[in-house]
Amino acid sequence: MSNFLSSSIGKKFLMSITGLFLVTFLFIHLSLNALLLVDDGGELFNAAAHFMATNPLIKIMEPVLAIGFIVHIFYASLLTLQNQKARGKDRYASGNSTPDVTWASKNMYILGATILAFLIVHIAQFWVKFKITKELEPTHIDIAGVHTEVENAYALVNATFGYLWVVIVYVIGSIGLAWHLSHGVWSGLQTLGWSNTVWRKRWEVVGTVVAWIMGLGFSAIAVIQHFFFQ
Amino acid sequence: MEKTINLKLKVWRQDGPKAKGHFETYEVKNISTDSSFLEMMDVLNEQLIQEGKEPVAFDHDCREGICGMCSMYINGHAHGPDEDVTTCQLHMRKFKDGETVTVEPWRSAGFPIIKDLMVNRNAFDQIIAAGGYVSVGTGGVPDANAIPISKEDADEAMDAASCIGCGACVATCKNGSAMLFVSAKVSQLALLPQGKVERARRAKRMVAKMDELGFGSCTNTGACEVECPKGVSITNIARMNREYLMAKFKD
Repeated sequence: MSNFLSSSIGKKFLMSITGLFLVTFLFIHLSLNALLLVDDGGELFNAAAHFMATNPLIKIMEPVLAIGFIVHIFYASLLTLQNQKARGKDRYASGNSTPDVTWASKNMYILGATILAFLIVHIAQFWVKFKITKELEPTHIDIAGVHTEVENAYALVNATFGYLWVVIVYVIGSIGLAWHLSHGVWSGLQTLGWSNTVWRKRWEVVGTVVAWIMGLGFSAIAVIQHFFFQ
Repeated sequence: MEKTINLKLKVWRQDGPKAKGHFETYEVKNISTDSSFLEMMDVLNEQLIQEGKEPVAFDHDCREGICGMCSMYINGHAHGPDEDVTTCQLHMRKFKDGETVTVEPWRSAGFPIIKDLMVNRNAFDQIIAAGGYVSVGTGGVPDANAIPISKEDADEAMDAASCIGCGACVATCKNGSAMLFVSAKVSQLALLPQGKVERARRAKRMVAKMDELGFGSCTNTGACEVECPKGVSITNIARMNREYLMAKFKD
C-alpha cells in the first residue's frame, strides 16, 4: 500500500477521491445555504442548522471532511513540488504557445491556494463562532409543530453578510472555487480512469455545470443576503 | 514558382551536458518555402562549416515523421507551429520572410542535453525495457478472424501505436510528465489479445520505472495531445490509470 501511495498515479488517485468527496460536501453545503434565501426571518435555516449540529452522522463526517481537506492540500503541495522538479530549472526562451489549454488546468495549485485563503476566513467567521467560542444567541422556532430552543445561526450569518467587504471576499472565493472545479471535476474522473473519447466530453460538461452552480450559488447567497435581507 | 525567404535564427548552443548554454543568432538567406525545417538547418550547418565554425548538433534520422528522432522546440511549440507533424515534416512555408525563429532543445529534467539541440531520451528506452513488450508465447500467425477484435479496439490500439516516442509530450508538459508516452505504450498492448496476458504486470512496471526516472505526474492540461505530432489522445492516460489502479487493487 505504501508502494501504491508513493507512485505518481497513487498520489493522483488520492487527489481525485478527496477532491470528488469535497465536491459532494459542497453540494450539501450549498443546498443548506440556499435556505438563507427563504424570507422567513431565518427559521428554516436555523432548523436545518440545528439538524446538522445534532445529527450523529454529521458529527462523524466532520473530522472525515477535515481529513479530506488536509489530504487534498498535502498531496497537492507534494505533487506540485515533484512536478516542478521533473520540469527542471531551464525554461523555454520562446515560452509556451500550445493552444487549447485552459488556464485553470495549469494553475490548479494557485486556485487551490485562493480557496484555502478563503476557507481560513470562512472558518474564522462561522465555524469558530459556532463551535469554539459559541457566540450564538438562543432563539425559539417550531420544528414539525414542536416548540424548540435552537441557536440562532441565521442572526450571525445575516450580520456577517451585512459587511460589504465580506460579500466581496465571498464572491472572490466563489469564483476561485468555480474556476478550480471547471478543471477539477473532469480531471478527477479522468485520473480514476473513468474517461474515454465519449465520456471525456460528458465529464467536461458536467464539470462546467458544477462550477457554474457553485460559483453562482455561493456568490448569489452572499450578495442577496447583503442587499435584500438586512 | 518557387518562393524563398530570409530568416534570422536564434539557436541554442551548448558544448556538452555540463557546459553552460547560450543563444547564438544566425542569418540564413534564400530558403525555399518548399523545403523542410531540417533542410533549412542543413543549409545553416553548411554555412557554418564554410565559415569554419562548429555546425549545430541536432537529432534526425528518417526525415519522414516515423522515427521520432527530430526534437526541436520552435517558437513556443514542440516540433514547431504546424499541427500533427514532426520537425522534419515542418515546411518552411509556415514562416514569414524576415521572421526571427527561436530554436531550442527539449527542456525537461528527464531529458538532459547532450549537445546543442540534442537531448538524451534514453529514459524512454528504459521505460519500454521495463515492460513495453509481449513476452508470452503467442504461437504462429493465426488464421484471419480466428480471434475477433472489435473495430473500436483495433482502431484505438492502432492510434496508440502511432506514438513514435519523440518526447514532445514531456517537452511540452508543465510537469515534465511522460504519461502520454507511457499510456500510449500501455494502451496499444492492453487492447489486443497478445498484450492482455501481461497487462497488469506491464502497467505496474512501466509506471514504476517512469516514477523512478523522475518524470512528473499528470494534471490533465491536455497540452501534450495538442503538441503530439501523431495526435495521440489523453484518453490513453485514463486507460493507463485504469490499468494501473485495477492491477494495484487486485494485489
